[in-house]
Amino acid sequence: MFKSLAPPEYLATIDRVKCIRCKRCIQNCGWGVYSWGGDKVLIDTFKCVKCLRCYHYCPEEAIEIKDNPTKFKENAYWNFHTIRNIKKQAETGGIPLTGMGSDKPYTILFDNLLIDACQVTNPSIDPLREPMELRTYLGKKPSSVKVEKTKDGKLKLAEPLPPQIKLDVPIIFSPMSFGSISLNAQKVLAMAAKACGIVMNTGEGGLHEDLMPYKDNVIVQVASGRFGVTPEYLNAGVAVEIKIGQGAKPGIGGHLPGEKIPLEVARTRMIPVGTDALSPAPQHDIYSIEDLRQLIYAIKEATNYKPVSVKIAAVHNVAAIASGIVRAGADIVYLDGFRGGTGAAPSIIRDHLGIPIEHAIAAVDDRLRQEGIRNEASIIAAGGIRSSADAAKAIALGADAVGIATAALITMGCTTCGKCYTGNCSWGITTQRPELTARLDPEVYAERLTNLIHAWTHELKEILGALGINSIESMRGNRERLRGIGLDSAMLDILGVKPAGR
Amino acid sequence: MVEIDAKGAYYRDLNKKVREAVEKGEKEIVLKNVNGQYYIGDGLRGKSTIVVEGVPGNDLAAFMDGPTIRIKANAQDNIGNTMNSGKVIVEGNAGDVLGYGMRGGKLHIRGSVGYRVGIHMKGNKKQAPTIVVGGTAGDFFGEYMAGGVLVLLGLSNDGEPLVGDYLGTGMHGGTIYIRGEVEKKNCGAEVGVLELDDEDKKVLKEVLTDYCSDLGLKLEDIMSKGFKKLVPVSARPYGNLYAY
Repeated sequence: MFKSLAPPEYLATIDRVKCIRCKRCIQNCGWGVYSWGGDKVLIDTFKCVKCLRCYHYCPEEAIEIKDNPTKFKENAYWNFHTIRNIKKQAETGGIPLTGMGSDKPYTILFDNLLIDACQVTNPSIDPLREPMELRTYLGKKPSSVKVEKTKDGKLKLAEPLPPQIKLDVPIIFSPMSFGSISLNAQKVLAMAAKACGIVMNTGEGGLHEDLMPYKDNVIVQVASGRFGVTPEYLNAGVAVEIKIGQGAKPGIGGHLPGEKIPLEVARTRMIPVGTDALSPAPQHDIYSIEDLRQLIYAIKEATNYKPVSVKIAAVHNVAAIASGIVRAGADIVYLDGFRGGTGAAPSIIRDHLGIPIEHAIAAVDDRLRQEGIRNEASIIAAGGIRSSADAAKAIALGADAVGIATAALITMGCTTCGKCYTGNCSWGITTQRPELTARLDPEVYAERLTNLIHAWTHELKEILGALGINSIESMRGNRERLRGIGLDSAMLDILGVKPAGR
Repeated sequence: MVEIDAKGAYYRDLNKKVREAVEKGEKEIVLKNVNGQYYIGDGLRGKSTIVVEGVPGNDLAAFMDGPTIRIKANAQDNIGNTMNSGKVIVEGNAGDVLGYGMRGGKLHIRGSVGYRVGIHMKGNKKQAPTIVVGGTAGDFFGEYMAGGVLVLLGLSNDGEPLVGDYLGTGMHGGTIYIRGEVEKKNCGAEVGVLELDDEDKKVLKEVLTDYCSDLGLKLEDIMSKGFKKLVPVSARPYGNLYAY
């Protein structure tokens, strides 16, 4: 075998003076970078992904992971990863895979939007001492309500409201399946969702029995592979989501590599151990909006009319597609922007297909308003929400709630190394190897994730207070409170925001 | 036995009546004058038998878990979509995408079927789905198949070819049995064509005995012609597609 001409991305180094030969790095690395050479730790730096597990668990701080200084000659056009991918493809004939959302330097619109604040002419509100409402209900809202008086003079709705999902904060955990992530990672999401009064989404991998105690904080997903979909599953959660597409890989299906299909995952998915779990690119019972309507109502019939969400990737024609989804009877439209994460996607797809979530929210919200059907469905926006500021901007652009996943994984130790598809995650998140998944203590990390949501909750309240409004409802679709900086007039027009200074 | 008249009924009302009858513990429910109503038996559980007189609409027995449905005429698309257990017997022909993602139970079709039948069927040691088609099948029969048993008999082909192209494309589990000859050019690259062994014969006999008793056919007549077996050649057909 010849040595690969694709050079290592990182150099794992050990300070031999500091090293006490405790071998903790060998135990902790899921990638096999370190091994014992009899008198010292040996390093195979080609395997290093810079996930920093070894660094954090080295008691002597003897480990340093450097970007490989021996890169190719500097070239602004032929950069390191372009050349490296060509060399890898020449050696294997394969499609380079990647995990997480796109890391390419496309314009980040969230960073070109600024939020308004009150000064003198309208009072701001202090959220620490005044009530501030973040509660959000996802689902179809009637265009009008009829109220009638009961015998004892009380008012009540003449007709029942369509079913709603109650969220204490306008944030949900985006779908990540058992298989793509470990059961312990799913438990973290479920426990934190319960603690925060929000919901997690199973992704397409069934609902493990260990998650049943959290079923009131779960949305179950039906996708093209139909993994784990039983009548009990459909009825277990608060809603059912039909997954059409994913922001990181619009138009292509799922492909969970065989390395991540041990017995337990194979059992819930009902496929052989060690095969690749294939989710077809289309759902073969959905080739049109009419077909989508058929599946939406098949699910509603099977669940006594639970809310149905339809998840799509943000693509060029997203507004018209979303309109069709709403008219097909969906209660929620879930938009996933091209920065959205993935457990495995060809990097060529992840980095070059789709559109950013900011454009998609604005376009969909506009279109549904123009057509007078904005009340017919809620919008969840996801795909690269990094902070409460991103969440606030997404909501001001027109989303009802945001979905987060990468941020949630970061609370579990993830450093966005992007190697989720290998099944070697040293943090026990995107792996099924028992010695690795055992590291992720659900209780410990659920508390951290809960802390994150609480912190974002406080920040959202501070933002609302600065805006002088006391309810997230007043911010929803309120683009007057956003301004663009460094955006051209076409972009400002699409986003429906004025330039800063005007 | 209870009779429900489906004439002019909206599917939601019809299915509600069926569900209520099943919940009451009716063993046999006869639906008269069915004419294209969707979702009959959708998500239904229990052990009842439903007899459909007329042509039912799409997504019959979707997510169904237990009951038996007998259709005394032709049927449409998406029968047994993600079905978990139970049985659907169609005495005529049926449409496209039957048994999509099916997890268990049986579809017994007397006549021919359309495209993409039995795709992404699953199975494990505890349960596995079975589809038997009496006539011919269109393209993509058994696509992405991951488990279970698909049988194609070609008893009456009306001049149609026995099976379309892309047979078993992407197959990575389960078994397809075809009565008659299979040309390699019709098969997906992931499929190997083999002769039956003793275990196969046992499985086939069991499956077809049940099929024959449902549809009044003779097992000897069906077994008079030889079968071929299709299985995946690799558990990971796309294992080498990616560079890590």
